[in-house]
Amino acid sequence: MAMPQTETAFEAKVDNAVAVRGVSKNYGDVEALKDMSLEFPRGQLTSLLGPSGCGKTTLLKIIAGLLEPNAGEIEVNGKAVTGPGPDRAFVFQDFALLPWASVLRNVGFGLELRGVARSEREAIAEKYIKDVGLAGFEKSYPHELSGGMRQRVGLARALSVNAQVLLMDEPFSAVDEQTRRKFQEDLLNLVQNESKTFIFVTHSIEEAVYVSDQIAILLPRPSRVSEIIRPSGFRNKDAASIRRDPEYLDIVDEIWASLRSYVE
Amino acid sequence: MKIMGYRLPAMSSLILWGILWEIVGQAGVTFFIPPLSKVFVTLFEVIGTGSFQKALWDTAYAFFAGVFFSIVIGIPTGIMMGKNRLIDEMLLPWVNMFLSAPLTALVPVLMVLFGFGMKSIIITTTLFAIWIIILNTRAGVMQINRSMIEMARSFGASPMDAFFKIYFWAALPEILGGVRIGVIRAVKGVIIGQLLISIVGFGALFELYSSNFLMAHFWAVLIVLFALAFTISEVFAYLERRVAYYAAKR
Repeated sequence: MAMPQTETAFEAKVDNAVAVRGVSKNYGDVEALKDMSLEFPRGQLTSLLGPSGCGKTTLLKIIAGLLEPNAGEIEVNGKAVTGPGPDRAFVFQDFALLPWASVLRNVGFGLELRGVARSEREAIAEKYIKDVGLAGFEKSYPHELSGGMRQRVGLARALSVNAQVLLMDEPFSAVDEQTRRKFQEDLLNLVQNESKTFIFVTHSIEEAVYVSDQIAILLPRPSRVSEIIRPSGFRNKDAASIRRDPEYLDIVDEIWASLRSYVE
Repeated sequence: MKIMGYRLPAMSSLILWGILWEIVGQAGVTFFIPPLSKVFVTLFEVIGTGSFQKALWDTAYAFFAGVFFSIVIGIPTGIMMGKNRLIDEMLLPWVNMFLSAPLTALVPVLMVLFGFGMKSIIITTTLFAIWIIILNTRAGVMQINRSMIEMARSFGASPMDAFFKIYFWAALPEILGGVRIGVIRAVKGVIIGQLLISIVGFGALFELYSSNFLMAHFWAVLIVLFALAFTISEVFAYLERRVAYYAAKR
């Protein structure tokens, strides 16, 4: 089987947007993360993939500054993370939209919290609403939208604050299969067009391989990074042919082989 | 409701009870129940008098002041309790105790502390209304989705922003429910206050009419009071329905 290469030369010259060093996190007696280190190259999409209980969401929330690690440190652009900051934006699994606010206000809400004037933030929000394909729904409320459209609102909100790092916590797991495929294709374009660093938590192997420049396989008990895979051959192919690429299929198989023993 | 294919207008039961009342009153079963028609005639006689309007004003003033204080103190307290575990642990036993306490028995103590005037009546009204508002607000805040709070934090919400832009709105359906029940309890509070502290307002009218066996007058004032309380609680019920669309989707 063709093994994807972890290029040692690459590691040396790469510019990391986010670095995790020796992070541990305990919930009481339970070790959610133990001495975890991981680097996230700038402008690329890194997936955190693993069975449930491997601590991938915990790690994402620590990077977001929503959780405090018990040991270790996080650096974003060389600066230590002490809490949430404007350099990172979060996309939530359950969208976390304000049900009493219109799409326009929801998308502009991150800017509203930062004190951006109303006319300015609405102009920015309108641009991103259009970008995610929701033009015409500015005045709608979240309960009038489908799950997929709601997540587009969540994505537009995260994009509109113009953070360099986008943290996505299983963003497509609450939407239906066809919408998810469309999302994955759109995400590829997004990574290419926006010069942002994406950290993407998922439990879907196919999704991780499809969208990622780098996949970190996390294993539980004790939590650790077991492997880092960088798909290289099909990254520049068009969205439609990736799923038929032999390297894509090989990586999916290989990841499943290493994860299957951890799935009850 | 439909009976035998006919759609009954809203509140038809009131009409039925009204007719029954009239019959019992006309039959002269007891002086306690004069005919409803007589009650309404008395009502319109009484409404124009200066003493009634003064009583209405005294009662409305104490009532609205009491409701105002119970809302502006109760909602922030409830939000704090829902947000902060320590504050919750400290205050919850007291809130539960006062919710079920026989507050009427406390009124003499309030009189000693705050005198025999309007101040004591307003405080009594507040004490009747505030606890359920606190508890409902707290319950509303505690059911807020965790990710909503994380969203506010991750986008850098200040505590004030989180308070006014997230917690208040997210808990609004429960808050309105609490205020609606609180308002009804405040009606009781203001009358009990007026009866026990200083004989003013509607409390004084009730006292005057019932001790002189003027039952038509007594019922007339009670109907006015019921109409006022019902109207206010319906306003809040209407507001509750306005936000119900998101109550299930937070």
